Amino acid sequence: MRYEAPQSVEAAVDLLAGAEGAFVLAGGTDLLVKLRSEMLEPDLVVDIKRIAGMKEITPEDGGWRIGAAVSGAEMGEHAGLVADWPGVVEAAGLIGSTQVQGRATLAGNLCNASPAADSVPAMVAANATVRIVGPQGTRDIAVIDVPESPGKTTLAPGEFIASVFLPAKPKQGGDAYLRFIPRTEMDIAVVGCGVSLVLDSAGKVTSARVSLGAVGPKVMLVEAAAEAILGRALDDSALEDLAAACSAAASPIEDKRGTVDFRRHVAGVLARRAAEIAATRAKGETA
Amino acid sequence: MSQIHVTTSINGDATEFLCEAEDTLLDVLRDRLGMTGSKEGCGTGDCGACSVTVDGRLVCSCLMLGAEAEGREVTTIEGMATGDRLHPLQEKFIEMAALQCGICTPGILVAAKSLLEKNPDPSEEEVRYWLAGNLCRCTGYDKIIRAVMDTAADLRRAS
Amino acid sequence: MALDHSDKPRTFKVVGTRPPRPDGIDKVTGRARFGADIVAPGMLTGRVLRSPHAHARIVKIDTSKARALPGVKAVVTRADFGAVPEDVADVIDNCMAGDKALYDGHAVAAVAASSAAVARKALRLIDVDYEVLPHVTDVDAAMKPDAPVLHAGRQEETVPEGYSQNVMSRVEFGHGDIDKGLAEADRVVERTYRTGATHQGYIEPHACLATMGPDGQADLWCCTQGHYMVRNTCAAILGMEQGQLRVTASEIGGGFGGKTVVFLEPVALMLSKLAGRPVKMVMSRSEVLRATGPTSSTSIDVKIGMTKDGRITAGFAQLRYQGGAYPGSPVDMGSMSAFAPYDLENVKTVGFDVVTNRPKAAAYRAPGAPMAAFAVESAIDELAKGFDLDPLEVRLKNAAREGTVASYGPTFPAIGLEATLEAAKAHPHWTAPLGENQGRGVACGFWFNFGGDTCVTLNVTPDGTVTVSEGNPDIGGSRASMTMMAAEELGIPYDRVRTIIADTGALGQNEVTDGSRVTFAVGLATIEAARNAKREMCKRAAMIWGIDEEAVEWVDGAARPAGPNAGKHDPMTLKEIAAIASNTGGPIAGHYEVNAEGAGVSFGTHMVDVEVDPDTGATKILRYTVFQDAGKAVHPAYVEGQFQGGAVQGIGWALNEEYIYGEDGILQNAGFLDYRIPVASDLPMIDTVILEIANPGHPYGVRGVGETPIVPPLAAIANAVSEAAGVRMTDLPMSPPRVLAAIQGQKGG
Repeated sequence: MRYEAPQSVEAAVDLLAGAEGAFVLAGGTDLLVKLRSEMLEPDLVVDIKRIAGMKEITPEDGGWRIGAAVSGAEMGEHAGLVADWPGVVEAAGLIGSTQVQGRATLAGNLCNASPAADSVPAMVAANATVRIVGPQGTRDIAVIDVPESPGKTTLAPGEFIASVFLPAKPKQGGDAYLRFIPRTEMDIAVVGCGVSLVLDSAGKVTSARVSLGAVGPKVMLVEAAAEAILGRALDDSALEDLAAACSAAASPIEDKRGTVDFRRHVAGVLARRAAEIAATRAKGETA
Repeated sequence: MSQIHVTTSINGDATEFLCEAEDTLLDVLRDRLGMTGSKEGCGTGDCGACSVTVDGRLVCSCLMLGAEAEGREVTTIEGMATGDRLHPLQEKFIEMAALQCGICTPGILVAAKSLLEKNPDPSEEEVRYWLAGNLCRCTGYDKIIRAVMDTAADLRRAS
Repeated sequence: MALDHSDKPRTFKVVGTRPPRPDGIDKVTGRARFGADIVAPGMLTGRVLRSPHAHARIVKIDTSKARALPGVKAVVTRADFGAVPEDVADVIDNCMAGDKALYDGHAVAAVAASSAAVARKALRLIDVDYEVLPHVTDVDAAMKPDAPVLHAGRQEETVPEGYSQNVMSRVEFGHGDIDKGLAEADRVVERTYRTGATHQGYIEPHACLATMGPDGQADLWCCTQGHYMVRNTCAAILGMEQGQLRVTASEIGGGFGGKTVVFLEPVALMLSKLAGRPVKMVMSRSEVLRATGPTSSTSIDVKIGMTKDGRITAGFAQLRYQGGAYPGSPVDMGSMSAFAPYDLENVKTVGFDVVTNRPKAAAYRAPGAPMAAFAVESAIDELAKGFDLDPLEVRLKNAAREGTVASYGPTFPAIGLEATLEAAKAHPHWTAPLGENQGRGVACGFWFNFGGDTCVTLNVTPDGTVTVSEGNPDIGGSRASMTMMAAEELGIPYDRVRTIIADTGALGQNEVTDGSRVTFAVGLATIEAARNAKREMCKRAAMIWGIDEEAVEWVDGAARPAGPNAGKHDPMTLKEIAAIASNTGGPIAGHYEVNAEGAGVSFGTHMVDVEVDPDTGATKILRYTVFQDAGKAVHPAYVEGQFQGGAVQGIGWALNEEYIYGEDGILQNAGFLDYRIPVASDLPMIDTVILEIANPGHPYGVRGVGETPIVPPLAAIANAVSEAAGVRMTDLPMSPPRVLAAIQGQKGG
C-alpha cells in the first residue's frame, strides 16, 4: 500500500484516477477499520486533508459549504452552522465516540454508503448537495443520489467528494435528526429519521422533507410522510399520519441490530418525535 | 515496500520515525517508538484505550495512519505528568480508586484531560457522554466519573 | 511469643482505610506492562488461522506454501503437539483443532514470521480442506436426539436415555419432597427462562511472549489470572517438566474468569520451540470474541410453590447450560447456587451440561450462578407480587441463616443475607417514589467463594522494610490489600511494605485468581507469613535480651517483654531487629503455604429502578444500590469497586449483551460495536452498602467479594423491567425489540 497526501485537488484526482484500488482518506474512521479487518487492501490511500479548503466551513449563498475533511467535532464548534442546521450537526455528532468525532466527516459518512449512516438522513432532509471532483471536472449532485446500494456509491472511478453544501436555512424552518440505538452511544442506528420543515405563522407545515435510515438498502426520502403533514398543524392526528407513513415506507431487514417489526414501528415513533423537535426549532424555540 | 519518513512532535519532543503506509499511529507509538502506554483494546475505534490528541483534538490512534502525523503535534499518556509531578487527574484516579485493572486508564485519562481543557465545569452527564467511547469493564464507571468531576472542581478552585 | 487468635472484634489500624495502591502510578502513567507490552530481542510475530465454519471435519491442512514464504520461521498445527495427557486433551484441542473444527473461530494452524504483515500473508497461504458438517448452537436444539453430534461416545452414565450425545452429563442437588411441598402451596409459578451467552469483555486481548531454547528450558510472559496454571497446563501439553518452564504474569487488563485457561500460550511455546526464537502473540478483539471463553447460554425451567403469607414450600429447577464445544459448562455451580439464599424444606435442582458449536465456555464471574438466580429470583418476585407481598419481606421470611442446611448440602455458619435484606429495607432507595413507566426490582444472590493452594513469602530487608511475594495476578488492587494486611499484622506503616507478584520460579503452587479467593486466601497466607516473621523477630529479641522466647510479645511493630516477669527491656522495633539480623542468625523472613479452607460464602441484595420507553422498548437504569456482605472490607474503595463493576456487568447481561449466531453458525457480532457492553452514558452512579459479618474462617473476617455482585442484577433488572413494562420478561437480554414485542403482545393479547 502507498500513502499520498497531495496538496491540490488536481493532484488528488490524478492519483485517484491513476491507480486501481485507490481510496480516499479524510477522517479514516471507516477506512481504517476496513484496513484492519482486511476487508480492503488498497494499493493507494490518498489523504485529502492537506488540500486547501478541505478543512473549512464557508458561507455561500446564505448556506454553508463544508469541506470534505471537516470533522463532526469541528461542525459542532461552528456557531453559524449549529444555528442553521442543528439537526445535521447533531446527526454528524452521533457518529461514534468523542474520539471518532475528532476525525469523522460528513463526506466519509456518505461515501461509506451504509444505509444506517447517521448524517445522511439529516443531509437528505436538509436537501444538501455535494460537490464532486474528478477527471471529468466538477459536478454537484443531491446527497440522496450518492449512495447506490450498501457499501457502493454512484461516484465514478477517480472522483471524490470535495465538499457538502447545506442550503440557506428557510425562514421559519427547522430540522432534526433522531436515531434509535440500544445503548446511549457507540452503536450503529437501528433506525434513523431526519425531518426538515417550514411552518407558516399559524404553525401549519408549508414544506417538509422526511428521510429514513437503516430501514432499506439505502437512505430514503419519504415523500408520503411529507405529504401527510403538508398544510397541517402538527397536532396528534397529523403526527399519527406522519408516523404511519414512515412505518409504511420502511422496508427493513432483520439482523443483529433489530427485527423487521421493531424497525418499522420505531421508524414511525422517531418521525413523530423528530418532527416535534423540528417544529419547535422552526418556531425559533430551542430543542 | 519503501517506508515513509515522518517528522512530528510527540509530547513536545521532535520525533522522526519510519513506518509502513498501513501502520496506524498506534502501531507506530507501540511498536516503533516503544510508547506502550496507549493500548489496543479493539483496533476499530470502539474502546478508546488508544486515545491520544493530535493538534489538540482527541482521537483514537488506531483510527489514524502513522503517516498522517507528519507535522502534527501528538500527545499521549506518557506526556501527561510533568517530570515527577502527576497531572491532577492522575493523582485523583489513584486517590479515588478510579481504576481496577488499569488497561483502560491511560485512554480515559487522556480523554478526560481533553474534556477538562475544553469544559472546566462539566456536568455528570457531559462527562459520561464525553467518555462514552472509553470502555471500562471493571469499575462500572462510577469512580471514574466521580474522579473526573472532583478533579474539575479542584482545578476550578485552584484557578 | 503470644499471638492474637482471639475471637473478640479487633480494632484495625490499616485494614479498613483507603491508601493509594502500590501499582497506581505505573497505571496512570502508562508505564505498567500488560500482556502485549513486552518485547524480546529477535522476536517473531505469531498469528492464528481460524475456522470459518461452525462445524467441519479437517480433511487435510497443507502448509507448504506458507512455509515457503520468506520470513516465515515456523508453522504449527495440532499434529505438532502429538498425543497429550488426557486431562489436557480438550485444552489443546481448543487451542488448536484436531480432527474437527468445532466452532467459528476455532484455531486450526498458526505461524511465526518476521513481521505481522508476513504472518498475515502466510495464513492466507495455508490450505485447509474442510468437510463442512451440520452444526447446532442452541442449547435446547443440541439436546434433541437428532441434533448434530460434536463428540460421539463421551456421554457420562449420569445422562438418562432419550437425549443427544451432546448432553455430556447430568447433576442433581437438593433435599425433601418437591411434590409434597408443591401440594402445600397456595400458588405455584412454573416458567421457562432463557439467557444469552455473554463474554467477560475484558478490554485487554489475550497476549503472550514465549521463548524456548534447545535445552528445553522456556520462559513465558503472559496476561493470565493464574501463571501457575499456565505453567502446569503448558508443561503437560508440551511434555515438559514444570520446573523447566518459568511463567511470569504481566499486569492483567481484566479477566473476570476468562483468563483462567490457556489459548495462545502452548501455541506460542511450540512456535518458539520450532523457530528457535521468541514469539509474541496478541489476539485481535474479534479473535477474543470468536474464540475465547464466553459464558453459557441457558434454558431453565423453574417451579416454585408459595403460601399466601409468603413461605416457599418447594423449589425445583431444571437447568440446561451449553458450554460450547467441550464439556464443562458451569451448570453444576448453577444448580448448586440456584436456591442457596433460601432455607427450604423441599428443594431440588437438576442440571444438564450440553456441548454446542460455539467457543468453549470459560469461567465468567460467579460462573453459572447469575442465570440460575435470574430464573429463581424472577419466579419468587412473581409469586410475591401475585400475593401483593413485599418482595423484601418474602425474601426475609425464607432467608438462609446460620444453621440453614443449604440446598447444595452444607450447613451455613454465620452468613450475611439477612443483614443485606434488612439494610435494603431500611435504605431510602426502597421507599423513593417512582414515576410513570418506571419499575423497581430487587433480587438476592449467592456465591460460594474459594480458597485453595496458596504460598506467600514475606521478607524483612536489612533496613526494616518488608517485601511480600505472592503468586496471584493482581486484577483489581489485591497488592494493596496484601500490603495492608501485612502492615496491619506487623504493626508498621503501609508504605513500609511492598507486595509483588512472583513468577512461577519463586513460589510453590498457587491456585488461579478465581473464586474470589485472593483477598481471602492470599490474605490469610500473608497474615500467617507475617506472624511467622514476627515469631522469628520475637525470638531474635529474646536472644538479645537473654530471656525465654515465650516471654516476648509483638505489639505495635516492636518486640516487647510480655509482662513484668520478663524483665525490663526497651522495645525493639522491626527496624532495629532487622538492622542486626545478620548478627542474630541471619536474614528474617516469614512464609506460609496452605490449601486454604473456610472461604466463607457471600450474599448480596440488589435494588434497581428502571424506566421503560413504551414506544421503543428501551430501558434506562435510573438508580442502583448494591448491598453485600464483605466479611471485613480490607480496602473499602476496592470492595465498592467490585460491587459496582459486577452490577454493571450484570446490567449489560440483562439489557444488551449477547452472542448472536446466524443460521450458518457464524458469530454475527464479534466486535465491541455490536457486542454491546455498557458505556458510561448508559449508567447512573452505582450506590453501595458494605455489610461486615465476619467470616470465621479468616483471621480478620474477610470474605471474597468479587463474584457475588454479578449474581443478583439479571433478576433485579428483569423484575424492575417487568414492573415498568407491565409484562413478565423471561428472556435475556431484554433488548429493546424484545421488550417492545412483549409490550405489544400484552396489549394485543
